[in-house]
Amino acid sequence: MTSENQMYQLNVNGNNRQVKDAWIGESLLYVLRERLDLPGSKGACEQGECGSCTVLLDGDAVCSCLVLAAAAIDSTITTVEGLMSDTVMGDTARAVSDVQAAFVTEGAVQCGFCTPGLIVAVHHLLDQNPSPTEIQVKEAISGNICRCTGYGRIFAAVNAVIELREKSK
Amino acid sequence: MSVSVPTSLNDALVALRQMPNARLLQGGTDTMVEINFNHFKPEHIVALRKVEELRQYSLGADSKSVHIGSGVPYKVLEAEPFLSIVPALAQASRTVGSPQIRAAGSLGGNLGTCSPAGDGLPVLSALDAVIHLRSIDEQRDILIHDFMVGVKRNARKDDEIITGVTMPILRGFQGYSKVGVRNAMVISVASACLAVDEVGSTVRIALGAVGPTIIRCRETEQWLSTEVDIASSKFSNSIAVEFGRRAALEARPIDDHRSTAEYRRHAISVLAQRLLLKANS
Repeated sequence: MTSENQMYQLNVNGNNRQVKDAWIGESLLYVLRERLDLPGSKGACEQGECGSCTVLLDGDAVCSCLVLAAAAIDSTITTVEGLMSDTVMGDTARAVSDVQAAFVTEGAVQCGFCTPGLIVAVHHLLDQNPSPTEIQVKEAISGNICRCTGYGRIFAAVNAVIELREKSK
Repeated sequence: MSVSVPTSLNDALVALRQMPNARLLQGGTDTMVEINFNHFKPEHIVALRKVEELRQYSLGADSKSVHIGSGVPYKVLEAEPFLSIVPALAQASRTVGSPQIRAAGSLGGNLGTCSPAGDGLPVLSALDAVIHLRSIDEQRDILIHDFMVGVKRNARKDDEIITGVTMPILRGFQGYSKVGVRNAMVISVASACLAVDEVGSTVRIALGAVGPTIIRCRETEQWLSTEVDIASSKFSNSIAVEFGRRAALEARPIDDHRSTAEYRRHAISVLAQRLLLKANS
């Protein structure tokens, strides 16, 4: 049992991180952003409707705003920061993942607020299903809302990754 | 405030007995919204996500029923074997929220919250599901109709955990339909589950989001069984229209921020009518 203000440990992006001086009722989203210095996951609706805060929890894409951080102990958490393929410590030009690169080259980013959540959702989809149909792609990102409504470019980015991964097999 | 993350059902029951005012947390998709918006400040939380016993399902003897643990997520319920054995449950599960919500949400959470708009609940009602409850010293089974007692109120006692549900595997058509403002990420404005039991010669219909809790349309079901031979599963257009009209009369909708009572009643008549016609094919 973890009590008020008691420290607990989360496994985030392969590292064990201590959560200190935090209110025990904080969402995983809040803890990631405000306690663990991982601001990639975005907070918008805080009720699981927008998907901006999507992370991988034990391999499932979930809304981190709906996860009680203190209940996510003994779990594996991957945020958008953890998807980068080759993170070199101290190197500012860190390598991005193929999905991130495709979002850039296909112009799938407008205001960018929904992008981290979409990136995580697309990674999750393509890791589970390398050649999804159009409807499967739409379904997989149906929990991620882009209010710039740039969905066409997002689908183009997903298709670019599918092709790229297909070729590099 | 404290948070317990037990890893067995027994540990969870012990934790709950020690803190009877604890909020049980299943997927978190309801409770965390309340906490995030400061509508609820729990004293204790017993989180059930690590209780493996609640995440199992199994077929009963002779494959006539299926037991589903309260923590089995909708992403599992929307796929096989549920698509084949309880298709209405798979359909309802697929309409829940988004992939993110379906990875977290479960029937246990739906039952615990007991919202009239909970998508799993009309299915449990139409199938006369049995709800299993456990405390440290007692185990009891209760029919879904007795479990749901009002708007967000159920028959669970403070020291009990909903461990699972058992529902029959019926022969005959099953369908779940819902009306919402868009396809993904919607809370039902009105929903209906229809299940045909060819062996028992009954058609069951249950309505969601149009009353304080799920409504089973017993009078409409009774009427249908006197009008047609259920076993033949041949429902004419005029029978379907009347079926929808009668189901809508049994609804008890209200006006709220999601819709109006008038629209909800209309939606039920259409959903019920279409579901019955689908049972023809």
